Amino acid sequence: MVQIFHNVNIDWLGNRRGFIAISIVLMLAGLASAVIRQATGHQPFNLGVDFKGGTVVTVRFRQRPTDEGIRAALTAKAIKDAIVQPVTDKTDTVLIKLPLEEAEGSQTQAQVDVGRAQVRSALNSFGPEAKPGVDLQADPTAAYKIEGTDSVGAVAGAQLRNKAVAVTLAALVGILVYIAFRFEWTYGAAAVIAVFHDVLVTLGFFSIFQWEVSLTVIAALLTLVGFSVNDTIVVFDRIRENRRLHRQDSLYKITNDAINQTLSRTVITSGLVFLSVLAMVLFGGEVLRGFSLALLVGIIFGTYSSVAIASPIMVWWEQRIEAANRAAALAYNRPIKSGVQSAIKTPSRPAVAPRAGKRSPGTGRA
Amino acid sequence: MKKKNLVQRTIIIAVVTLLGLYFVIGPRRKPTLRDFTWSGIKATLASNIHLGLDLKGGSHLVMRVKVEEYLKHLAEANAVAADTAAKAASFEIKQARAETGGGNYAVVLEVGDPSKINDVRQAVEKKVELGDTSMWSFSSNGNRMQWSLTAAAQRTLADNATQQALNIIEGRINALGVTEPTLQTHGAQSSHQILLQMPGVQDPERIKLLLKGESRLELVHVVSPPSPAPTQTYTSEEEAKASLGGTIPANRRVLPYGERIERTTDASKGSADKPKRWVVVEAPAVIDGSQLRNATAVPTRAGSTQDYEINFALKKDGADKFGAWTGSHINEYMGVVLNDEVKSIAFIKSQIFDSGMIEGNYTKQSAEDLALILRSGALPAPIEYLEERTVGPSLGQDSIRAGVRASLVGLALVVLFMLFYYRGSGINAVVALILNMILMMAGLIVFGATLTLPGIAGIILTIGMAVDSNVLIFERIREELRTGKTIPSAVDQGFGRAFITIIDTHVTTIISSLFLFVFGTGPIRGFAVTLVIGLLVNLFSAVYVSRTIFMWELSRKEKVESLSI
Repeated sequence: MVQIFHNVNIDWLGNRRGFIAISIVLMLAGLASAVIRQATGHQPFNLGVDFKGGTVVTVRFRQRPTDEGIRAALTAKAIKDAIVQPVTDKTDTVLIKLPLEEAEGSQTQAQVDVGRAQVRSALNSFGPEAKPGVDLQADPTAAYKIEGTDSVGAVAGAQLRNKAVAVTLAALVGILVYIAFRFEWTYGAAAVIAVFHDVLVTLGFFSIFQWEVSLTVIAALLTLVGFSVNDTIVVFDRIRENRRLHRQDSLYKITNDAINQTLSRTVITSGLVFLSVLAMVLFGGEVLRGFSLALLVGIIFGTYSSVAIASPIMVWWEQRIEAANRAAALAYNRPIKSGVQSAIKTPSRPAVAPRAGKRSPGTGRA
Repeated sequence: MKKKNLVQRTIIIAVVTLLGLYFVIGPRRKPTLRDFTWSGIKATLASNIHLGLDLKGGSHLVMRVKVEEYLKHLAEANAVAADTAAKAASFEIKQARAETGGGNYAVVLEVGDPSKINDVRQAVEKKVELGDTSMWSFSSNGNRMQWSLTAAAQRTLADNATQQALNIIEGRINALGVTEPTLQTHGAQSSHQILLQMPGVQDPERIKLLLKGESRLELVHVVSPPSPAPTQTYTSEEEAKASLGGTIPANRRVLPYGERIERTTDASKGSADKPKRWVVVEAPAVIDGSQLRNATAVPTRAGSTQDYEINFALKKDGADKFGAWTGSHINEYMGVVLNDEVKSIAFIKSQIFDSGMIEGNYTKQSAEDLALILRSGALPAPIEYLEERTVGPSLGQDSIRAGVRASLVGLALVVLFMLFYYRGSGINAVVALILNMILMMAGLIVFGATLTLPGIAGIILTIGMAVDSNVLIFERIREELRTGKTIPSAVDQGFGRAFITIIDTHVTTIISSLFLFVFGTGPIRGFAVTLVIGLLVNLFSAVYVSRTIFMWELSRKEKVESLSI
């Protein structure tokens, strides 16, 4: 039997300060990147046309001119600020990106109408375009062919942006509600905090490396939310089960055990998903690049956060609730003299009767 | 008992698998021998699955109906009508105008005598729709009377205008013969957006111009001394205004007269040649575009292939009205106005009933396009394009190839790992995985869902999720075995315990996918669809099927001593 882990016994919660410090550093790095870029007049994120508006024209050439040559042809037709971006896996193809002109109202909209025509008039200096419905290879006189256009106006860009944020938040709330219903609300909150962390760290990577944020990246973030919550739930599920089986154990021990017991599953699954996503990065082509990169980063941190973030937060929170409950119960049962202080010092027996299957109190760090 | 259970399970699985296979590769006609060859299977698979525009190639357009323009025109028309009605009842009206802006649309009349306000109101509301209190709310202040369009009426009218625009665009699309277009409202109802998808259309430029082409055709009375005096025209807009005393009253309009100027349906290029002259015409028009019955492009001279004009014919009502009006205006000048530009002016030789023509140096195509636009009816308001995405077929082919390659590589890696790590039980996982793929395809086909490029990414992720279920179960079985349980009970416990977790993980992912599906747009929806279908299928394949295989293995021997896991 091949086995990655044998009876692991790692004190995950004992290292929680270190884990949380790492996460905070990562999040701060992303934040710093965004803030510094913003302050120095750059884009905090490299937003794609989906969110920023503008036009992307995909052109395939028979004899690909140099990037400078293409830029010169565009400038000759008064197209300013165009970005010529080679496509990594197809040498004869380039993406020509026209930013949305900084103008108000209808003028920006007009660009959706004319972007393609503008680019075409500029490219005609290299020779004629292949006729509609005819492949570039099949038309010997043609020099290039426009393979695709994405043109998004300012209104649609803002709309897509708002919608993306709204959908992500709504999905998080939905997950919170479900976990609260299945477990406890502290579990749900911890899971959502962990997922939030994953999204922020991943977005931080996008800011630091200036990878393009497109509509599909949002889909990737949501997938990552699903995966990260998945991992967290597997651990939480095990905690719930262990609490029922080992009532005398502390929540601290139970949680550590649960993480260790599910560790080989966590590593195998994450590893396999990582491999399939890697296949997407390597073979999925240019269009899926942003999507697969977001997932690649997200899988790593999603796995990390369910072990290193979600569980410590949940344990910390539950312990506080226990302490508060015990204090309240003792304050209620005893004369005022003994006071709250002594109540906290009496951790051996829980004062609240455990409800079957539901919250059975742990006794803090053993 | 157990045996019977196993037989029952096997039958269910066999039936589902065969059904799935039929949906995926079964031809929807009498099968031929070719359907059983590899290329035949590929061909039927391609025709069964509905591919999105990003894979198949085509154009995706989002447009918005500028309903605010529609409401503005409505207020302006009512201002003219109110002015005319009040003056007809011989009240003194100092000024009539439409006040629009900031989301408000109001008709304002300033009367000479504030004490007559109620009488003016009665006279106006008797003849004009302003009396409809469900739409217009009246208020007055001093000598100022105001009818404001209520918010509810604005909404209703704007929604109607969008619907009307949708119908007209549909007419134009059909007239153009675009194959299998999808046309529907897009986004929130209050956004007044329309989505048009045209598979196979690689260059939507002409279609875009045609759809947005406005065709407000009007026949107007030109303010001019009658023939034989020449038409009264002005060299500038200011001069024309000056002839009216500096301000344009509500019942007059000053329009450019673009005599025989090259003009295509391309509105953005239209102003290349500046119209040379201006004319004053009466408002409202004698006849407007709603009275149009037909329009056709014809050569200006017989046999000409370059020079075209458009003949139009009026409906019965319009023709009667036109006939009566031309009959009483012999020798006066009439103008044909298209989109606020006078295309031609002619004096009325004799009574005309139902036909006319638009001249303007049209080419064959531009005349035919304009005739098509006129026939399909006028858009209630201009439209603007918010989003255009076009994918050429070869780009789509590349995406399919890349997506399939990535899926196969991912699948191969997963299969190899499972067989290596879990040995015999790995076969269970692989069988479950392959069944999952087949059933997911079948699900896509049965629900008529569209496969997009992000949808392929959803498939790859489903592979990950599917294998996760197996890993959860197998790890759990191993754990139970380590605690010294017998093999059958370890398998039993493993499935039972892992099942709870699997349900929880699946439901959370389905929740987030549902949000994507309901609120997401185009490609993202495609992603959510494959993921949700894949996860639902997975509950069957990874749990039910995999367990049945274990049961079958265990039932083969009386006493099970080893399990390859």
